[in-house]
Amino acid sequence: MTGPSPSPAVAGRRMADIPKRLFVRLGILPFLLAIAVVVFTLMSDNFLTGRNLMNVLRQSVYLTIVSLGQMLALLTGGFDLSVGTILALTSVVGALVMASVYAAMPDAIWLAISLGCLAGIAAGTMIGVCNGIGVAFFGVSPFMMSLGMTSVGFGIALFLTGGTPVYGMPQAFGDIFGFGTFLGIHTPIYVAVIIALLLFLFLYRTPQGRYVYAVGGNIKAAALSGINTRTILFMTYVLCAAMAAVAGMLLTARLDTGEANIGASMPLQSIAACVIAGVSLRGGVGRLENVILGALFIGLVQNGMNLARIESYLQTVVLGSLLILAVIADQIRLRYVASLKD
Amino acid sequence: MTSQAGSLPTQRLEEDTRQDGAYPLLETVGLIKDYPGIRALDSMNFELRAGEVHVLFGENGAGKSTLISMIAGANRPTAGEIRFNGRHADLDSVHEARELGISAVFQEFSLIPQMTVAENLFLGAEPTARGLLDAKSQRQRAQEILDSLDFHLPPSKRVDHLTRAEQQMVEIAKAFRSDLSVLILDEPTASLTNHETDQLFKLIGKLKAQNVGIIYITHRMAEIREIGDRITVMRDGQFIKTVDAKTTGDDELVSLMTGRVMGQIFPEINYQPGEMALEVEDLRTADGFVDGASVTIRRGEIVGFAGLVGSGKSEFARACFGAEDIAGGRIVFKGRTITRPRTQEMLKDGFLYLPSDRRTDGLMMMRSARENMSIASLDIAPFSNGWLLNAKAEANAVDSLATQLNLSPHRVERDAGHFSGGNQQKLMLARSLTRDFDLVVFDEPTVGVDVGTRAAIYEFIAELCANGAAILLISSDLPEILHLTNRAYVFYRGRIQAELAGDEITETNVLSHFFEKEVA
Repeated sequence: MTGPSPSPAVAGRRMADIPKRLFVRLGILPFLLAIAVVVFTLMSDNFLTGRNLMNVLRQSVYLTIVSLGQMLALLTGGFDLSVGTILALTSVVGALVMASVYAAMPDAIWLAISLGCLAGIAAGTMIGVCNGIGVAFFGVSPFMMSLGMTSVGFGIALFLTGGTPVYGMPQAFGDIFGFGTFLGIHTPIYVAVIIALLLFLFLYRTPQGRYVYAVGGNIKAAALSGINTRTILFMTYVLCAAMAAVAGMLLTARLDTGEANIGASMPLQSIAACVIAGVSLRGGVGRLENVILGALFIGLVQNGMNLARIESYLQTVVLGSLLILAVIADQIRLRYVASLKD
Repeated sequence: MTSQAGSLPTQRLEEDTRQDGAYPLLETVGLIKDYPGIRALDSMNFELRAGEVHVLFGENGAGKSTLISMIAGANRPTAGEIRFNGRHADLDSVHEARELGISAVFQEFSLIPQMTVAENLFLGAEPTARGLLDAKSQRQRAQEILDSLDFHLPPSKRVDHLTRAEQQMVEIAKAFRSDLSVLILDEPTASLTNHETDQLFKLIGKLKAQNVGIIYITHRMAEIREIGDRITVMRDGQFIKTVDAKTTGDDELVSLMTGRVMGQIFPEINYQPGEMALEVEDLRTADGFVDGASVTIRRGEIVGFAGLVGSGKSEFARACFGAEDIAGGRIVFKGRTITRPRTQEMLKDGFLYLPSDRRTDGLMMMRSARENMSIASLDIAPFSNGWLLNAKAEANAVDSLATQLNLSPHRVERDAGHFSGGNQQKLMLARSLTRDFDLVVFDEPTVGVDVGTRAAIYEFIAELCANGAAILLISSDLPEILHLTNRAYVFYRGRIQAELAGDEITETNVLSHFFEKEVA
């Protein structure tokens, strides 16, 4: 800066332009991420350590998987409020089946685990099937449909358990899928990576993936281009639920119990992760890589606030504010984009 | 100016024209509008006299919309000045422009569909009595406005229950809420039928007599001849020339606009009717818009559908494509009888329908041009092997399509919504080249498209036909039907009123069937 500069004013303006251009290109997420890292590093010495960051990764796995599903629903111009319920129902049904098979046949550990996981994921996915039928074939608004299913699923989960946690799953289930590590990395992280890779392949390398964007971009145009919009919508909600169900099973393994009360924060957090990552609420716009970053960001903020000893009630205030901030930023960005036109 | 703020605009106008008639009613001097990275309007000088219809003429993206948006107060100029009656006018908002009597009717409707006609007319200036809404006087005053315009619309009807043409009338009526001195009309006839257009032109004549200055944007030559007094031609954001509307020829206008000499807009077409592509008998749709229409279309010919908006001409094609529910009738496509057409199957079978409304039915505005061009053929080579997309082949195919159609700018990763109307239309046309289509339906392919691109689109259609495809052209623009088709059907209330072939397709012939029954 001390070097000779012919017109410092022009250079200054160009410097000031850089954040704006970055903002238009990348959205709000990189800025929030940078701010969060700086703030939490200053607030806590333990924040910026390899161990803690690994912790963040492990804790964010569940939200990441759910957010990837949520992204699909958002891309088609809808959303899924029932992801929390799907987690709960999956957890309860999976744990009940696993525990009872294990009790009947204590030697068949793997049979119990497989049947339990299958049953749990199938139960969770059924919620998505209902959502899909309602939205795609009866034209129910995604808001009403998934809100209704939230109540249905939660009711069933409570009814099945009487409100108490389900115990009695084989020890190996938690050991492997909850706490297990391979090459120093936790099992759930592998599951998330595999899901993300498969979803990437689906969204960006298959016609069907492109159709998801097309349906969200303009459903009438998609229909007139020979796309079966109903099938795409139906598939979207089933896939979203299946992913939430996988997350539910992984969380069950981590907690070692089947609970009807897990996942209550998932709808808000998964939508927040997507929106912060630049997924448009109007549908048709959003990238998978960014959504993963968005989910990790929320995990990072939660972890940072824990380390900084911010009370958990206040944490929800921060998360809600972040979500609103992200939506406002998205609006501002759209205005910039319209003026830049590129 | 503030001293006169209380008087009505027209009164003020009369005073002003008497006092200082030397000034034009409205004038822009060196008007400049910059958007980041682009100068949309460059040193524009424009003048509007009281009592004239001044046509703005130019290709899409020439800066016409930018100019009128600043005159209407919707946008602020970067530099330059707008003068109203010779005095500097600071138009910070649409509201301020309206105070001066400057009203604009834009292409995009600014109506609230769930509200009634009267509520829409007075939106933002509702008559009140003791602080409460006065619905009765609102309805009365709405009726007065509609009557004075000779628009037959019930003021208490909801806007979403009106046809598009009627909505356009409401939009125009809105401009008459307060007294007018300048009226800006941006392609007002795009969705009007000939009858309604005539009504609008009568109205414009009345306004001229009242000394209102009218800025009129259109791409239709016939309209310029009919109502224009002077024409200002714009190109690339710049003023080119202001000419007299009565004495300037079409060729001169087009060459002024495009910057090059151009011959005929319509190409020579060599029709070679071959085997039957589509044969429809007694088609009826569930919503009743099509009520027993029979049509045949052969390969190598261009068949036209003419008729009023809502006559069923568009619905007929949509029903054959599987986009509308069918109540009865027989559809034979390429020799195969189809009882219930489904869009995906028809498309795979070689039937493409390109919708008239790009924004709502045609394009995904937030997605790239590339995705918009390839969307209808992602299930076949070269775009995919059925399961996986081939990104490289897609990029190549799209790139050559963009070259072939002369997409401007040639940037296939740009969002579709950021292209001009004509280029958006090209994105849709490109779809017809992504597969071997046997029948392509063009529904109003040139609405909101400039003359230069129009010629390219006509050429494109002619070439498809020459390559042996069957073409169905649905159009409300009569010259298109007259010059491009070798056979034409005239629709009236869901039925075929007439079938005309070859030399029978004349303006009088077609028009007489538009209204025959209505008059009788």
